[in-house]
Amino acid sequence: MNDLTACQRLDIIRHKGRPTANDYIPLIFDDFFEMHGDRLYGDDGAVMGGIAYFKGIPVTVIAEVKGRNLEENQKCNFGMPHPEGYRKALRLAKQAEKFHRPVICLVDTAGAFCGVEAEKRGQGEAIARNIMEFMTLRTPVISIILGEGGSGGALALAVCDELAMLENAIYSPISPRGFASILWKDASREREACDIMKSTAEDLIRLGVCDYIIAEADGGAHNDPQLTAENISDYISEALERKLKKGLDELLAGRYNKFRTVGEFEEFPKGV
Amino acid sequence: MLEDLFSVVKVRFNGDKTEDDKKKTDIPKGLLFKCPRCRNVTFMEDFQKNGKVCPHCNYHSRLTARERLDVTIDKGSFEEFDKDMISKNPIDFPDYEKKQLALREKTGLKDAVLTGKAKIRGEEIIIIVMDSNYMMASMGSVVGEKITRAIEYATANRLPVIAFTASGGARMQEGTVSLMQMAKTSGAVARHSEAGLLYIAVMTDPTTGGVTASFASLGDIIIAEPKVLIGFAGRRVIEGTIKQKLPDDFQSAEFMLENGFVDMIVERNKMRRVLAHLLKLHKPAKEVGENE
Repeated sequence: MNDLTACQRLDIIRHKGRPTANDYIPLIFDDFFEMHGDRLYGDDGAVMGGIAYFKGIPVTVIAEVKGRNLEENQKCNFGMPHPEGYRKALRLAKQAEKFHRPVICLVDTAGAFCGVEAEKRGQGEAIARNIMEFMTLRTPVISIILGEGGSGGALALAVCDELAMLENAIYSPISPRGFASILWKDASREREACDIMKSTAEDLIRLGVCDYIIAEADGGAHNDPQLTAENISDYISEALERKLKKGLDELLAGRYNKFRTVGEFEEFPKGV
Repeated sequence: MLEDLFSVVKVRFNGDKTEDDKKKTDIPKGLLFKCPRCRNVTFMEDFQKNGKVCPHCNYHSRLTARERLDVTIDKGSFEEFDKDMISKNPIDFPDYEKKQLALREKTGLKDAVLTGKAKIRGEEIIIIVMDSNYMMASMGSVVGEKITRAIEYATANRLPVIAFTASGGARMQEGTVSLMQMAKTSGAVARHSEAGLLYIAVMTDPTTGGVTASFASLGDIIIAEPKVLIGFAGRRVIEGTIKQKLPDDFQSAEFMLENGFVDMIVERNKMRRVLAHLLKLHKPAKEVGENE
């Protein structure tokens, strides 16, 4: 494990060669079949989903994709989903539940898209619905944050039995830029913001949000995508082994408690 | 989101400064209410008498949690839960404790939500009321925990839940812990729902961000007060993205109704009656076809 500062990690996850879900899926899964559309409005390029084999086990894969070049970036809206992206994810998760397939979510987004159409089609409702439905989805759910886990847009794919983060990934209630603009009304101070947000994998292990850290190649995943993919793959094997041997009721109780216990408060403060 | 919201309200309602704004007048503060939406001025006394609703445009202005309870539930029926709970400082955010101490002093609240058991026209309910005077009712550990406990209590005791939502979203000062409160509260709603119980969300000014993207949007029935702000993303953020000004009614209760995310818009003076009626309609009756 390296000991970089939060903002050095930010540089690594913003590296233009940083592998994305498009790179990892073929390295981790076999026979990936992509599925399209939410059956309600359309097909969102920012969320890619489908079914595949993971070491011989059928799984459903749902991933936020950022794209690797300008053309891909535009097609997937730089990884910022619209409501139909979250609704597609939910449709595929429900399908996985029906056919008893584990769900693997690869999270990588600066946040849900902020736009007029997204609001009209209920961005808030779509995220809320996913959070609630994933909480009671009767099949194992493993989420992995690949790079940026921004806000509710990430959480909509991160209500899971186990949350893992790549070692340089961050997971925060808002992008560092947004945080800086709220705190100091100056978005350009995002590097400072990054250090006080406590959003690195290590911070989040301490806060009880993240369960496992997946090692990246030295200097960052872009230096060796193959190796990083192998590490992710090893993690998924272990996580599935842990979760598949549990009964569904036990699994769901564990999932509920995983989130139920996060929060720091005093009930009977002195002097009150 | 928070700072954004304050400015949203300012920009949204004041827009470009008018000639009137430029001419400073010497009216003492607190004597007049200037509607942030229609910009008309009302005597504070008349505005208060009107239930803090603008008599010109029907904008339903913000109430404190105590005021909300007063106009909603049966007198003397409120039994408060977790009333001493206060937040820690999970990410050691600079001056977070100091800010909270000052706000507690100023508002008389311990954090941004009151929860408890109450009655509306004799019907027992669990009530959740958020108060935007406390850090714009952003959702930190205390807000998340109190709401979750209240809903869990309702599930265990088979009671309906009514939540008056108002929030700027996640509480930045609690970092990712704040984000997790969305999952925690929504999980409690899921269990309450699976138990076949009624949850009514009443969206009040402003319901935005992480609260819109969690329990506020998950009501079996979703009610909004007229002209209030409801949305996910901050208005300024969206304007920044699309590089143009948004229409005034964007992200209003009426906008949400038109787009299918709210069941009904109910005026404050009718809210109690409507809630009582809905509660009665959902009273556990004999199952259809069930034998005596």
